[in-house]
Amino acid sequence: MKIVVIQRLEPVLTEELELSDDGRDIDREWIGFALNQFDDQALEQAVLLKESNGATVTAIAIEDEGSDKMLKNALARGADAAFQIPLDADDVESRSSRALAPLYAAAIRTLAPDLVLVGILSNSDLYGELAPYLGAHTGWPQISAVTEVRLAAGKATVRQEYAGGRAARFEVDTPVIIGLQTAMQPPRYVAGSKLRDLLKVQIPELEVDGAPSADMSHGTTLALPDQSAGAVMFDGDADDIATSIHNLLKEKGFVQ
Amino acid sequence: MTILVLIEHYQGGVADGSLELLTLARTLGGPVTALVLAGSMADVATLAAGLDADTVLAVAAPAVARYASSVYLRSLNAAIAACDPELVLLSYSTAGIDLAAGASVATGREMVAYVTSLTRHGAGFAACSQVYGGKLLATSTLPAQGIAVVMPGAVKAGPRSTGDAPVQTLTVDLGPDGCIRHLETLVPESGGIDLTKAARIVCVGRALGNTDKLPMAEALAKLLGAEIAGSRPVIDAGWLPKPRQIGKSGTKVKPKLYLMAGVSGAPEHLEGMGESELIIALNSDPRAPIFGKAHYGAVCDMFEVMPTLIQKLS
Ligand SMILES: Cc1cc2nc3c(=O)[nH]c(=O)nc-3n(C[C@H](O)[C@H](O)[C@H](O)COP(=O)(O)OP(=O)(O)OC[C@H]3O[C@@H](n4cnc5c(N)ncnc54)[C@H](O)[C@@H]3O)c2cc1C
Ligand SMILES: Nc1ncnc2c1ncn2[C@@H]1O[C@H](COP(=O)(O)O)[C@@H](O)[C@H]1O
Repeated sequence: MKIVVIQRLEPVLTEELELSDDGRDIDREWIGFALNQFDDQALEQAVLLKESNGATVTAIAIEDEGSDKMLKNALARGADAAFQIPLDADDVESRSSRALAPLYAAAIRTLAPDLVLVGILSNSDLYGELAPYLGAHTGWPQISAVTEVRLAAGKATVRQEYAGGRAARFEVDTPVIIGLQTAMQPPRYVAGSKLRDLLKVQIPELEVDGAPSADMSHGTTLALPDQSAGAVMFDGDADDIATSIHNLLKEKGFVQ
Repeated sequence: MTILVLIEHYQGGVADGSLELLTLARTLGGPVTALVLAGSMADVATLAAGLDADTVLAVAAPAVARYASSVYLRSLNAAIAACDPELVLLSYSTAGIDLAAGASVATGREMVAYVTSLTRHGAGFAACSQVYGGKLLATSTLPAQGIAVVMPGAVKAGPRSTGDAPVQTLTVDLGPDGCIRHLETLVPESGGIDLTKAARIVCVGRALGNTDKLPMAEALAKLLGAEIAGSRPVIDAGWLPKPRQIGKSGTKVKPKLYLMAGVSGAPEHLEGMGESELIIALNSDPRAPIFGKAHYGAVCDMFEVMPTLIQKLS
């Protein structure tokens, strides 16, 4: 059983997001990037399947600043191989999942896995999520919002989650694309020593036969939401804030 | 030209999100077609009763008796080909995530997701969406023949229709017994907790970090006579049990008091608690989207404010 897991870097949302001059993207110059939280779950699920079923795990990423380190993290966590997909920055108008899906799909065709695991969503997926795009571009079945994956006899069984915590279990033929929400165990920590061992490792490039596609970003503008209609803010130090909340709770009759 | 709305249903009931889409389609104007997939024509008729649509397009086959992404996608693509709608509306649900991007590639249509408002604009539509966990708003022009995935709660569902719309059947090649086969439906484990009944909730987010500080939050909840709850990452990490998850894939609540700490306010969380009567939010990030929704807020370290508040309440 061969598993490909996709790893994507995303802006750290607790940092201040600024917009590019044309308002069509965020300013990527100063913002911190980290592994997409759902791709983190996808990696964990892949490694859990390796441990339970002896699968081999290949992690892939679009080559970018930090992708090398991200893939070394995947190797340290248990991936067997890792590849970066080269992308000429001048060639891309947009880094949305819609735009980059053909590149990932080409890599998947080259690697020919039984299972592709990718996080269910990325913060910037305005034109739809990656897993269903990969389904469309490869012609393979796709299932998202998955919280459990088990393998047996060339088939996968998955648990898909719906509103209100409802769920269903499905049997799926492979190859299949899975948009993972949560792995069956929380992502493991990786020892710094393991990462240091990989310091000198070169993550190879994977040349693929595909080009980014268009999306609507040329006609889309981004803006910071107007929060003026939002919360009444309590200022001061911790004691002032606690006092304000306490007074509010008294005023509204929640406490004496 | 019609607006095509995918109807989702569960155990014989139409999903709220689908009813909201029908209302949205009505406000946009023009004929509305409801796409209903069910196990039999009798089931279609039950589901279609009272839907505010001009036409019901029905796919009736045992393979679509219950939701499965592969057969639903084939049906949706066939429905789009059959009625060439000027707009396709899907709810931002598991099905909306599963189907929208695939249908957009298969039918060559543009799509936009996370839509909070949609209006006519020239020959197409103008859409406002939430991205980056609710930290940014995106305005796009969706050309005619587009697909929009709309946030639950973006529109309030209107009244049910008194008449029944005519039903047209659509025959779809659902493939060889589907490549994604439904095995069983799983009902949520309740663990005896029903947060929908709680009048007061204290909710903690990922910033909790681990279970070391959980007793602090629990002490605060106890003093307020509140139930403790968490955002999805808190439940995924195993810090609190699943029945205590608030949000899109957790419990939807509307308590009198919702005190939240270290929760960013992602759309999927707001979906579960946005209608609470009094929302107080603690977050260290002044730009956290939750401050756009909360009634009262403070930019602070929750681990400094919570003990002080506990002291005042004891
Ligand atoms: C299909 C789907 C379904 C989902 N369902 C749900 C759901 O049901 N419920 C849900 O919650 N999410 C759900 N999510 C996930 C959702 O997208 C967000 O990832 C999640 O809500 C984020 O949780 P959080 O706010 O706790 O964490 P984060 O977004 O990481 O936010 C942590 C916040 O804590 C603040 N903070 C950090 N330190 C401190 C401190 N010391 N004091 C105060 N504040 C601090 C930070 O500024 C930040 O705003 C779903 C996602 C998908 C794709
Ligand atoms: N005790 C804390 N004080 C301030 N920030 C914290 C604390 N614990 C976690 N965070 C922040 O909460 C966010 C989510 O943390 P993590 O679970 O590590 O991803 C990150 O921005 C952390 O830096």
